[in-house]
Amino acid sequence: MTTTLLIRDDVTESNSRAGLRCALRGEWTKFWSLRSAGWSVFALALVTYGLCYLSTNALRSQARIDDPIMRVLVGFNFGQFVMGVLGVLFLSSEYSTGQIRSTVAAMPRPGIVLGAKAIVVGGVGLALGEVLSFSTYFLGRFILSGHASQISISQPGILRVLIESGIDLAIVGLIGLGIASIVRSSAASLSIFTSVMLVLTVVLFAMPGVIVHDMSRYLPANISSTIFASTTPSQLQGTPLFSPLIGLLIIALYAVVLLAVGGWMMTRRDT
Amino acid sequence: MSMIMGLNHPNSGSVTISGKKYKDLRWPMREVGGLLEARAIHPGRSAYAHLWSLAQYGGITKSRVDEVLELVGLTSVAKRRVGKFSLGMGQRLGIAGALLGDPAVILLDEPVNGLDPEGIRWTRSLCRDLAAEGRTVLISSHLMAEMARTADQLVLIGKGRLIAELSVDDFVACSSKQSFKVRAANLDLLIPALEDAGALTLREPNSCLTVMNLSAEAIGELALEQQNALYELTDLSSLEDAFMELTEGAVEYRAS
Repeated sequence: MTTTLLIRDDVTESNSRAGLRCALRGEWTKFWSLRSAGWSVFALALVTYGLCYLSTNALRSQARIDDPIMRVLVGFNFGQFVMGVLGVLFLSSEYSTGQIRSTVAAMPRPGIVLGAKAIVVGGVGLALGEVLSFSTYFLGRFILSGHASQISISQPGILRVLIESGIDLAIVGLIGLGIASIVRSSAASLSIFTSVMLVLTVVLFAMPGVIVHDMSRYLPANISSTIFASTTPSQLQGTPLFSPLIGLLIIALYAVVLLAVGGWMMTRRDT
Repeated sequence: MSMIMGLNHPNSGSVTISGKKYKDLRWPMREVGGLLEARAIHPGRSAYAHLWSLAQYGGITKSRVDEVLELVGLTSVAKRRVGKFSLGMGQRLGIAGALLGDPAVILLDEPVNGLDPEGIRWTRSLCRDLAAEGRTVLISSHLMAEMARTADQLVLIGKGRLIAELSVDDFVACSSKQSFKVRAANLDLLIPALEDAGALTLREPNSCLTVMNLSAEAIGELALEQQNALYELTDLSSLEDAFMELTEGAVEYRAS
């Protein structure tokens, strides 16, 4: 066997052992080498632009539109699910196919594997989120041109909405990844993810009581609803809400806690 | 094998490779290559993308990916998705992954299970070639006859216990000869005497002994010399039968 060029020269020079940098390269290749990645990006763009068109175009007949940017970015509510599912499957599919054993054999410190996956999901989510939010803004602005309610980046709150919506998308992807790192099974992770994002909101609103009243503002769905709006209501159906920035920090904390617990569990449990 | 590669945690004890735990190896893929399951591979990825992502994990070049693909004969289907692969192709891809880092130690778990005769022969000659290059190749298998043709050294394990360790030459020599199941009052005394007489002994967990390379008469006379009461002296026809006998209590699930 001839092994002339076994080891990357840039790796041997700078790294003393297999670490995050190598893991990141591997995970980046893995992310984009599945067909589902391309389809998810396509679906994300389709949903965001499509719903923007439908929602904004329908509003043109109205004399005045409340908070037009929220209507323009309405697709983000669905885009979150696409990103979350992508985050879940990026890890859970490795467990369902057995791929995780190849991965952990290549990098026997699972925390680094999860870290690399988080950086890929977070990075892709952030880049995609920002590109989508700003391009959707321009699409909405184009559709609304000539209408009484115009949107402009110079209006108060608009720039914040655009930036934070992209960040929100990345964080939701990381929440999906975090759930999968704890639960492992695709079906269980996806149902937990959708329960937390969607069903829990409905359930909580159906239940009376002061505790529920205080808790509902911690729900990711309610936090996201403040992030996607430029005129933020301080309460929703009588329950208090966090400001968008605090909300963003809270869901980021969820993602960090989930990933930390998941990383710890991946190290402790058999692969 | 999963424990060697740090995938499963042992209840007690530890495994080291060249004095280090697997997870403490600086470049694990370059020291140990493992094929632990036929398909520890995502079916949606191409063979090339799978190997390339692993290579990146190990800081290994793209040209090495081409090289191992060539070695296992998958170059022409490298861009095809793994889900479309036959069992044999999947196995070859797994072996390609194990060889990526050009490791000195190679672990193969049941590498020939479900393969056609051509695939079995290919795997056998590859293992022999890898060993001839000075590598350590550790294979686990339930196929005794296949291992007799592939391996140099055999380790028999049943229900997590080491049953015997012997060379294939001894195995082959013994499997054609008679062997006996022996129970005696004092096995610790009997074993050295039997071995001095040229016998091979395999000790079982339940205070039984399998003795090869010695006649029943010789075993009985040795025991008599020692005033060591024999409780049982049963004829076993070959080592494979002896292995069955040895592992009978050690097999967890079997067809009734």
